[in-house]
Amino acid sequence: MKIIACIKQVPDSEAKVKVADDGQVTWGEAPLVINPFDEYAVEGALQQKEANGGTVVALCIGPESAKEAIKHALAMGADEGVLVSDTALEGLDSAGAARVLAAAINKIGGADMVMFGRQTLDNGSGLTPPQTARALGWPMLGWVGQIKVEGPSGSVQVERVLEEGRQSVKANMPAVLSIVQSIGEPRYPSFMGIRKASKATIPVWSLADLGISAPTTVVSRAEISNPPTRETVCEFITGETPEAIAEALAEKIMAEKVL
Amino acid sequence: MKTWIYIDHFKGEVQPGSWEALGLGKTFGAVSAIVFGSGVDAVVKAAFEYGADEVIVADDAALADYRAEPYASTLSALASSGTPDLILFPTTARTRELSAMSSLDLNSGVLTDVTAVEVGADKVTVTRPIYEGKVLEKTVCSAKPAFVTLRSRAFPKPAVTAGRTGTLTKAEAKADAKSTVEGYSATEAAVNLGDASVIVSGGRGVSNNPSLGLDEKATAQKGFDLIGELASVLGGAVGGSRAAVDAGYITYAHQVGQTGKVVAPDLYIANGISGAIQHLVGMRNAKLIVAINKDAEAPIFTQARFGVVGDLFAIVPALTAAMKKKLGK
Repeated sequence: MKIIACIKQVPDSEAKVKVADDGQVTWGEAPLVINPFDEYAVEGALQQKEANGGTVVALCIGPESAKEAIKHALAMGADEGVLVSDTALEGLDSAGAARVLAAAINKIGGADMVMFGRQTLDNGSGLTPPQTARALGWPMLGWVGQIKVEGPSGSVQVERVLEEGRQSVKANMPAVLSIVQSIGEPRYPSFMGIRKASKATIPVWSLADLGISAPTTVVSRAEISNPPTRETVCEFITGETPEAIAEALAEKIMAEKVL
Repeated sequence: MKTWIYIDHFKGEVQPGSWEALGLGKTFGAVSAIVFGSGVDAVVKAAFEYGADEVIVADDAALADYRAEPYASTLSALASSGTPDLILFPTTARTRELSAMSSLDLNSGVLTDVTAVEVGADKVTVTRPIYEGKVLEKTVCSAKPAFVTLRSRAFPKPAVTAGRTGTLTKAEAKADAKSTVEGYSATEAAVNLGDASVIVSGGRGVSNNPSLGLDEKATAQKGFDLIGELASVLGGAVGGSRAAVDAGYITYAHQVGQTGKVVAPDLYIANGISGAIQHLVGMRNAKLIVAINKDAEAPIFTQARFGVVGDLFAIVPALTAAMKKKLGK
């Protein structure tokens, strides 16, 4: 079984991301990390490799430095990594990313399953997984918390974790999945894994290697700004008994007229 | 400006953000509502009553269970002949997929989680949060139709006019499903945090009450029962921090924060939640934030308007009783 985990490198969620005076997004000295949602995709891929045998390839679009995110996936247990990097990919939108990923997936030789995190921490749109499925013409199984493969390259049955409840869905492979937290906590890189990752050679493919030209950008950023700061000073409610505190707090809540 | 509104529903239960989208669409002129499904007469009727001038409906057994592929193909076919300038959606797991796929078919783009929309002659510009709301971006879609999914509760819901009708247009479904829905498990109750006007949440602190003499899970269960009672009196939903979800106190569907749901209710009451940044980014846009925590130094108090330093096991039931009286329940 061949599984491709698509990952992205993003600023750490603890990072104080803001717009600097030069109008660019900055996150100071905070490290760039593998998108936390994508760790679930790598975890899901590794679970399926353990259950069915096969290989896991970590695929990433980004600058040369994004190899660090791939190395994280390798240290977790992925077998290979591929980086797609090209200066023409600056300002790539989600549909463009999907088209590039689809080309890279084809160059890898296809897969039984392609797994994504459900969204990225930076843009957060969650569009690339379904757009990649559409570009490949494969079924999309989104928000997956449990995976069961039936037969070596037959069908896959998943539990989708939706707002309305858990939905059980079946599709033929190859399929694209986006994975959510219910899959289980992502494993920590092992010592051996880290050593293996540090020695790994990660091929870098350009658009020319993929045989495609840069996708047309339809969605582009016009400007960015810092959200208005909210000056909140917490008013602490005190009292002799829990009942007195609750009564005072209830008064305050009612006075705000939000109910 | 030709505006279409996609009415998102789950087995006939309309996602309320659909009506907010319809209300926004009306500010740009006449709107057509798009309704897909099987046996959706009630949804069509509601769309007219909320203000749709036209309802384009694909009512077909092939669309009975939502699947991204047939819905996207049906929408793409309709939009390539109907040529709307703008298609508005509420933001849900379904509409992210549907808009993503259909926009790819039509070589256009999607703007998600949008909080403001400006319509120009040849482009649509929106405001949307990025980096978990740490930065706002103005983004342009330069192709047509622009697919825009609106953040829940960012736009007002329009009034209902009972009995209002309009033009009904029937459309053909594209039956190209690539997956089969086998069923739903009822083990987890439906949770729709995005639309809740009140959310009462619990964190790690719900298991902290040695005086009960119970184990960790049983204590947490008791804590969430108290939280649930308060939520029920306030007509709200129950949320949880990642710590509470990871510890198994409550299911993932309830998780507020970075890897869960970003919410903006009118009232958010955080109980026993210390306030990791990953949680704060998920709830700090609530209109009124109240925090109850034993630790006066907990970061949650930096976001709260009102705070109580105390034991949630004592304060929450007292607050439930006090609110019950105030609300005349």
